[in-house]
Amino acid sequence: MVQYKTARLDASFAALSDATRRGVLEQLGRADASITDLAEMFRMTLTGMKKHVGVLEQAGLVTTKKVGRVRTCKLGARRLEEETAWIERHRQLWASRFDELDKVIEEQKQREMVDGRKKRD
Amino acid sequence: MDARRETEPAPMKNRTTTERKSDRELVVTRTFNAPARIVFEAWTKPELFKRWWVPKSMGMSLLSCEMDVRVGGKYRLVFGVGGSKVMEVFGKYIEVTPHSRLVWTNEEGDEGGAITTLTFEEMGGQTLLVKHDLYPSKEALDGELASGAADGMPEQLDQLDELLVTLGGSVGRS
Repeated sequence: MVQYKTARLDASFAALSDATRRGVLEQLGRADASITDLAEMFRMTLTGMKKHVGVLEQAGLVTTKKVGRVRTCKLGARRLEEETAWIERHRQLWASRFDELDKVIEEQKQREMVDGRKKRD
Repeated sequence: MDARRETEPAPMKNRTTTERKSDRELVVTRTFNAPARIVFEAWTKPELFKRWWVPKSMGMSLLSCEMDVRVGGKYRLVFGVGGSKVMEVFGKYIEVTPHSRLVWTNEEGDEGGAITTLTFEEMGGQTLLVKHDLYPSKEALDGELASGAADGMPEQLDQLDELLVTLGGSVGRS
């Protein structure tokens, strides 16, 4: 289960590591679009955009549907789940920061106790 | 490698929570086993702040840290990888109430960043810290969360490190 989740997160993070793909997600957040539309918007070839959409689709961030000759892309249902994952990442960053902060605080507490003793002596 | 994790002592760590309170707000909370004065100092004295702000898992180090903690005073943090600068964050303090409240701006964004409010609430020798970020728009917070994907990188690099050790080990043995 944990490994499955990690693999999924890895796929998502890999998909999101590219500025164009993040731009595509942002664009699809506003409105569905065809691959041709997206290729034009991001000034790239149809083949290039197909690859990007493919990566997003594999990560479950985008779904596509072909009607006639046009393939329309929209945000996948996982978008919300991803947000939860991001927030969890954010929490982990802060948790590790605060674990370090604990050490600093503990030292300061010890120091004050020693200083306090010195003053009383 | 798992053995290392198992032999590490399990210290009593307080729980860190994170929540998106609204379209524009992100809140982080944590309790510390110390009076508010000490926790506040760790946020406002550069020599203390430097020691905890960049955990190893971030894969970066703090090259410099300037903080002029008074209303209107500025701060600037410069991060680096292997000694060269990779990013900086800066802004100014807009509210400073010793041991209870700190408010600052985050100005590194394109169109004005979040306003961060920190409150320190002391209860029975412990301090509840609440960090509240208010973003200028829903899009700004969405963007921040999306770019937060980069936070996953250090862990991925750790995984790569482990993999390299494993590979190196097996090469050595064969």
